[in-house]
Amino acid sequence: MNDTGVAQAAKVLDVESVSKSYGPRKALDNVTMEVGTGEFVALLGPNGAGKTTLFQLLSGLFVSDSGEILIRGHDIRRDPIAALAGMGVVFQQPTLDLDLTVQSNLLFHCRLHGLRSKRAHARIAEELQRLGLEDRAREPVRALSGGNRRKIELARALLHDPHVLLMDEATVGLDPASRTSLLRYVHELCITRGMGVLWATHLVDEAEQASRVLVLHEGRLLASGPPAHLVGVAGAGSLSEAFLSMTGVNPEKTAES
Amino acid sequence: MVARRERIVTPMHALQALQALGSREVIKFVHQKGRLFSALVRPALWLIVFAAGFQNVFGVAVIPPYETYIEYQVYIVPGLLGMVLLFNGMQSSLAMVYDREMGLMRLLLTAPLPRWYLLLCKLLAGTLLSVLQAYAFLLLCIVFQVDVPLIGWLYALPTLILGGMMLGSLGLLLSVHIKQLENFAGTMNFVIFPMFFISSALYPLWKLQESGAEIVYALARFNPFTHAIELIRFALYGKFNGVSLAVVIGCTVLFFVLAVYGYDPQKGMVGRVQKPV
Repeated sequence: MNDTGVAQAAKVLDVESVSKSYGPRKALDNVTMEVGTGEFVALLGPNGAGKTTLFQLLSGLFVSDSGEILIRGHDIRRDPIAALAGMGVVFQQPTLDLDLTVQSNLLFHCRLHGLRSKRAHARIAEELQRLGLEDRAREPVRALSGGNRRKIELARALLHDPHVLLMDEATVGLDPASRTSLLRYVHELCITRGMGVLWATHLVDEAEQASRVLVLHEGRLLASGPPAHLVGVAGAGSLSEAFLSMTGVNPEKTAES
Repeated sequence: MVARRERIVTPMHALQALQALGSREVIKFVHQKGRLFSALVRPALWLIVFAAGFQNVFGVAVIPPYETYIEYQVYIVPGLLGMVLLFNGMQSSLAMVYDREMGLMRLLLTAPLPRWYLLLCKLLAGTLLSVLQAYAFLLLCIVFQVDVPLIGWLYALPTLILGGMMLGSLGLLLSVHIKQLENFAGTMNFVIFPMFFISSALYPLWKLQESGAEIVYALARFNPFTHAIELIRFALYGKFNGVSLAVVIGCTVLFFVLAVYGYDPQKGMVGRVQKPV
């Protein structure tokens, strides 16, 4: 397993031969992957590749038909509470309550994760400050721009200090500047907090800086490795060419504006 | 390598989650200014308009728990309290469907707590609102000079909580099976109206029997909503109705267990369809 570059002990997310079908359709077919401490792993695949299904399994919303998912060694099926405690998730669809203030939205999350009041308030202030949004805490989420709402969702996913962060197409609907700043911020989290990140996207440019790229297509994992490695293996000139030669799907380089 | 189970949910954490869901429900209720109003207008209309038309409909019959002849207005108060609980219970389940479509449900289900407990918190939060609205309606009864013994307010509390929980867990159970908001109105027509009309809310059951509506009478006797109302009716007059208590508790447990089953991704309905939660 050396090509993946993840030491056995440092795995924060470990997926072993996971399959999931919806009726006759195989949404995921024998997927094996992992994310190590401090790693930024990009899960690259066209729309409908199975990224969302994989995320639903990882976050325990659904269960897989077969295979095993461990989060810091805790099986999501047998020991979901411990597994979920170490995980932060930003869903593709917004999940903030628009009528409530930023502060109440974040406090709601803290309480669900069992953070004591004092610690909760300290953590909320800390995360907001880091994002430069501390003066927006008392505003209803509805008053925030799309980019800032996403940042609040990210802040919320970080409140309980997770070891692994799952980002499901987190940049959908954002303008290029917000997209870049969100991506940069999450890269920093890997370095400064040693957090493992799984970043699902259909945009090749978001995968360029990743520690490793996993290419998912029609429910199967086609390739895994650092971007340069994938480019080399495919004999391509760039990551998007490599992606094209593997999947036959013309990649979207950046979000359509 | 599988780590051993090291994390258990502390009572403090459990309480915090309850607080989170309870306060969210109350804050949202306060924000929706029209909601209390419409929750009260509905039973108030029945109390004022409907009951006026049926003022003396009972003749001289005296039925338990009443000890004397009563006005129709007095008779339908427990039924209308039931109506308040019924509508709020269903509204909470509508909120569940809405939350599921809006993704908020994901947030709940990825919290590190047992799923049944999160659903219980949701149920208790909804019941809190139900009970508050029921008391707001009792206040309205004073305004309209409908006579309800004051001590009954106290006796009725546990029965209002139980009735609210039963109807709330029925709502939870329905929310498992209602996939989209659009289907909601239809489902409600098949739940709220039959439950309300085929019950002892508007007429004592002997009236149905007397008029020869045997099937309706039989259905009404087995309607759990009838028992919620009778439980409240008896409690309002300081009396205890054991049969109704047993039915209400039994139904609450049954509906809740089925709802939890429905929300379990390994067994239930939610896991089987392609794109819910």
